[in-house]
Amino acid sequence: MTPRHLRWPRIVAACAALTLTAACGTTSSDDKASDGGFKAPDLPMLQKLGDPEGEVNILAWPGYAEDGSTDPKVDWVTDFEKESGCQVNVKYFGTSDEAVSLMKTGEYDVVSASGDASLRLIAGGDVEPVNTDLVPNYADVFDFLKDRDWNSVDGQMYGIPHGWGANLLMYRTDEVTPAPTSWGAVFDTDSPYKGKVTAYDSPIYIADAALYLMKHEPDLGIENPYSLDQDQLDAAVDLLKDQRGLISEYWSDYLKEVQAFTTGDSVIGTTWQVIASVAKGEDVPVEAILPEEGSTGWSDTWMVSSKSDHKTCAYLWLDHIISPEANDAVAEYFGEAPANAKACDIATEGFCDEYKAADADFAAQIWYWTTPIEQCLDGRTDVKCTDYGDWTQAWTEIKG
Amino acid sequence: MSTASEGTRHGLSAVLHRHPRLRLSLLIGPPMLWLGVAYLGALGALFITSLWGQDSFTGTVVREWNLDNFRILWESEVYRKIAFRTVGIAALVTAIDVLIAFPVALYMAKIASPRMRQVLVIAVLTPLWASYLVKAYAWRIMLSEDGVVSDLGGLLGIDTPGYGLVAVVITLAYLWLPFMILPIYAGLERLPDSILEASMDLGAKTGHTVRRVVVPQVFPAVIAGSIFTFSLSLGDYITVRIVGGANQMLGNVVYDNVGAANNLPFAAAVATIPVVIMLVYLGAARRTGALENV
Amino acid sequence: MSSPLSPSATWSPGFRIVLRVVTGLALVVIYAPLLLVVVNSFNASQTFAWPPTDLTLDWWRKAADSAGAREAVKVSVEVAALATIFALVLGTMAAMALQRYRFFGRDAVSLLIILPIALPGIVTGIALNNAFRTIFGLELGFLTIVIAHATFCIVTVFNNVIARLRRMGLNLEEASADLGASTFTTFRLVTFPMMRSALLAGGLLAFALSFDEIIVTTFTAGAREQTLPIWIFNNLFRPNQAPVVNVVAVVLILLSIIPIWVSQKLAGATEGLAGR
Repeated sequence: MTPRHLRWPRIVAACAALTLTAACGTTSSDDKASDGGFKAPDLPMLQKLGDPEGEVNILAWPGYAEDGSTDPKVDWVTDFEKESGCQVNVKYFGTSDEAVSLMKTGEYDVVSASGDASLRLIAGGDVEPVNTDLVPNYADVFDFLKDRDWNSVDGQMYGIPHGWGANLLMYRTDEVTPAPTSWGAVFDTDSPYKGKVTAYDSPIYIADAALYLMKHEPDLGIENPYSLDQDQLDAAVDLLKDQRGLISEYWSDYLKEVQAFTTGDSVIGTTWQVIASVAKGEDVPVEAILPEEGSTGWSDTWMVSSKSDHKTCAYLWLDHIISPEANDAVAEYFGEAPANAKACDIATEGFCDEYKAADADFAAQIWYWTTPIEQCLDGRTDVKCTDYGDWTQAWTEIKG
Repeated sequence: MSTASEGTRHGLSAVLHRHPRLRLSLLIGPPMLWLGVAYLGALGALFITSLWGQDSFTGTVVREWNLDNFRILWESEVYRKIAFRTVGIAALVTAIDVLIAFPVALYMAKIASPRMRQVLVIAVLTPLWASYLVKAYAWRIMLSEDGVVSDLGGLLGIDTPGYGLVAVVITLAYLWLPFMILPIYAGLERLPDSILEASMDLGAKTGHTVRRVVVPQVFPAVIAGSIFTFSLSLGDYITVRIVGGANQMLGNVVYDNVGAANNLPFAAAVATIPVVIMLVYLGAARRTGALENV
Repeated sequence: MSSPLSPSATWSPGFRIVLRVVTGLALVVIYAPLLLVVVNSFNASQTFAWPPTDLTLDWWRKAADSAGAREAVKVSVEVAALATIFALVLGTMAAMALQRYRFFGRDAVSLLIILPIALPGIVTGIALNNAFRTIFGLELGFLTIVIAHATFCIVTVFNNVIARLRRMGLNLEEASADLGASTFTTFRLVTFPMMRSALLAGGLLAFALSFDEIIVTTFTAGAREQTLPIWIFNNLFRPNQAPVVNVVAVVLILLSIIPIWVSQKLAGATEGLAGR
C-alpha cells in the first residue's frame, strides 16, 4: 500500500479535477425570478400552423393518451397518427411535481398539466402562450373552464382545458355511520375511525385543510385555500399534524385507495369519482359525496412546451384531444368531467350527470388545484404568501 | 491467417509481455474511465449542487454557494427523525435477513445432498426474477385487513400489523433475502469440511463448532451480504409507499424533493446522509475482508 | 466443497432437523407471495380482492394481446444483455488488473467498483440523471439506461472473476508462455476457459440485477424507452391494467427457471452457484 503521505495530495488533486468538471454542469437560471412576484416570461405565441413535423412527444397523466397498447379497444391515438402524420410518443408521470421536472428537460412537446403545475411551468418559461384561434374545438369548451387562474395570465390562455374533477369524501357505508356531511369527519381527533382515515399524498392537500379552516375558523381570514400567509399555513399544518394520528395511509395512485377501501384498511377519506366508481363496480359498499364546505378539485390543461420542435403537431394534438369523440373517450376511460360541451351529446347515458359535467354551479363550488405563489392569489398585497416550496417542506414535517 | 497479421499480433504480444505497466493501463483504463470519470464525476456534480440554492417557484437552480440546505437539515427535527428511522429499519432488516439466511445457507452448503443443493439454489434464485414491485404489492395484499397474514394470525390470536413500519421491515427483509443467502452460501461453500471434522474430532459439539469455527470464517461473507441489505433499505422509497402506510423514509424525502418542489439542491443535500453512512459502513467492512465476498 | 463422505459424521441429528425445518419454513415464506401472485392472475376482481370470489382467464388473454408488455420485455432483455456484456468486459479487465498487479490506488479502485451498488439507487439515479443531461448533454434513452445498468453490474462480474483468478494462480499461464504462446493466445486458450464459469455466474447475476432494476432506471430512462419494471410501475397504477401485470410476473417467474437451471448445469454440481 502506498504510504499515506503520498496518497492524500493525489486524492485532493483528483477531487479538484472532478469538481471543475462538475461545476461546468447543472443548468441554472440566467434571469433570477422576480422577487415576490409572479411574472410570466415574454414568450411568443405560435401565429400559424406549418407542416406537421412527423412526431409529437406527450407527457400525460396515465390514461390520457391511450393508443391501444394497454387495451386494444381503448385508443384515440392511432386515428390521430394516421390523420395528422404525427407519430405519438407518450411518457406518463405520477404527480404534478414529476411533470414539472420532466418538462424542464425540454424533451416533451405537450403536457397535461394540473393547476398545481401549470403556473410553475409558465413562470419557469417551460411553456408558451397558446393561440386558441389555431384550435377550432376550443370554441365548444365549457365557459367556466376558460380564462381561469391556473390556465391563463392577464387574459392570455396558456393551454387548452382537458377535463376536471372534484376531490370528494368517500366512506364505507357499512362501517361509517351516521353518514358524514362535512370534512370534519376526517379531521376530528376523537374520530371512531382512527387509523382508518386516508388522504391524498401531496403537499397540495394542505389546501384541503385550509378550505376546512376557511369555513370553520373565519378568524384566520383565509379567503382562498391556495393563498396562505405564514400564520394561516401554520394553522393548516397544525390541523394536518393532528390528523396524522388518524391516518392509515396517504394515497397517490388510485389503485391503492380502491384496495384499501375494499379490504377495510381505510374507511373514510379524500377520493376521486373514478375511484368510487371502480370500488362500486367491485361491489364494495362505498359512497362519495361533496361535503358542505365544498371541496378542492383539479382541472387539467394541455400546454405546449416553449422548447418544442414539433409545434404544429402539438397544436394538432390539442385540437384532437378536445374534439367531442376523443374528449368523451378519455373522460369515460379516466373518470372525469369532459371539457368539451359536445362530448356530453355522445357520451354514455348518465355519464355527464354522474360527473356533473355541465353543472356550472357544482363546478363553482370547487377550488381547483392552483400552485401557491408568493404573490397572494386572493389579492392581498400587505403580506407575502407561502409558496409551493414552503408547502413541500411543511408536508414533510406533517408526515413526520 | 496471413503471416503479416500473425507477425503484428506476435509483435504486439511481445510488446505487451515486456511492458507490464502498459498491460496494466490497458486493462485498468476503460473501467476507470467509466467508473472513475463518469460515475464519480456524476456524484461530484450532484454534491456540488447541494451547495447551491434554488428558485423555489420555477425550480431552476441558482448557482449561489451557500450551506442553507445543510442548515435546514441540521436544524429541522423532522429530518433527523427520518434519518434515524431509516437507519433503524435498515439495521433491523439486515439482522432479520442474517438470522434467516444463515441457517438456510448452512443447510444448503453443508448438509443438503448435491441434488438437493441444486434444487435449493434454483429455488432461492428464482424469486429474484419476479418483479420487485409485484412482490411488494403481494405483501400489501397479504398484510391487509382480511388478508393471508390476518387469517393466519387469527389462528395464533394476533392481528395483522397492517400498513406501517412493521410491514416495511417485513417486506424489505423478504425482498433482500436472496441477496443475503447467496454470499453466505458462497462463503460456506468455501469452508473445507476438514476443518469441521477436525473440530468435531477435538470434541466440540455442533453448537460450539458453529459458534467458534463456522461463524468467524463466514463472517466476511455475512458482512458482504449486509452491505446489500443495508444499502438497499437505506435508499428505498418504493416499498414504504406500498406497505408503509403514512410513513416516510430518507429515500422518500430525496425523491419528493427531486420530483416535487423540483429542489435538486436540497435533494442532493439529503442524499449525502445515506452516502456518508454507506461510506463509513464500507470503510468498516473493508477491514473484515468482506469486500471480496460481495 | 463438501465431501460426500462426511456430512453425517459432522452434525448432530437434532441440528440437522432444526436446519431442515428452518429452511423449509423459509422456502414457504419465500414462495407464499409468489403463489399469491399466481392466484391473483386468475382473480376476477380488478383490485385483487382476497380471497378471490371468481376466477377468470381474461387477464391472460389481455396479457397475450398487450403489445406494451411485449415491447417492454424486449427492451428489458436488450438492455440487460448489453449491460451484461459491458459489465463482463469491464469487470474482467478490472479483476485481472487488480489481482495481478500492484499499483497505487488499488484499494481505492476496488472500493470504487463496489460504490455503484453500495450507494442507494436513488443517489446513483439522480446523480447520473443530472450528469447525463447537464454535463454530457445526452438525451435520456436506451443508451443512458445501458450505461447506468452496466455501472452497477460491473461489481458482480468483478467479484466472481477475481475470486476465480485468486484460485487459479499464474502457473498455467506462465507454462503457456514458456511453451511459446503469445499473450492473446494464452488468454484465449488458457485463461478464458478457466474463468468461464465465474463469468457465467457473474453475468447471470448482472442480467438479473439489470432486468429487475427500477429505481435507477426511473431516472435514466427517457420518454421513448420502457423497460419491464417501468411498464409494471406504470400499469400497477391503473385498475384496468394491474391484473395484467400479475400475469406478466407469473410468466417471468416461470421463464426464469430456464436460464437458472441451464447455468446450474453448465457450472456443474460441485462448482456451486458462485462459480468460485
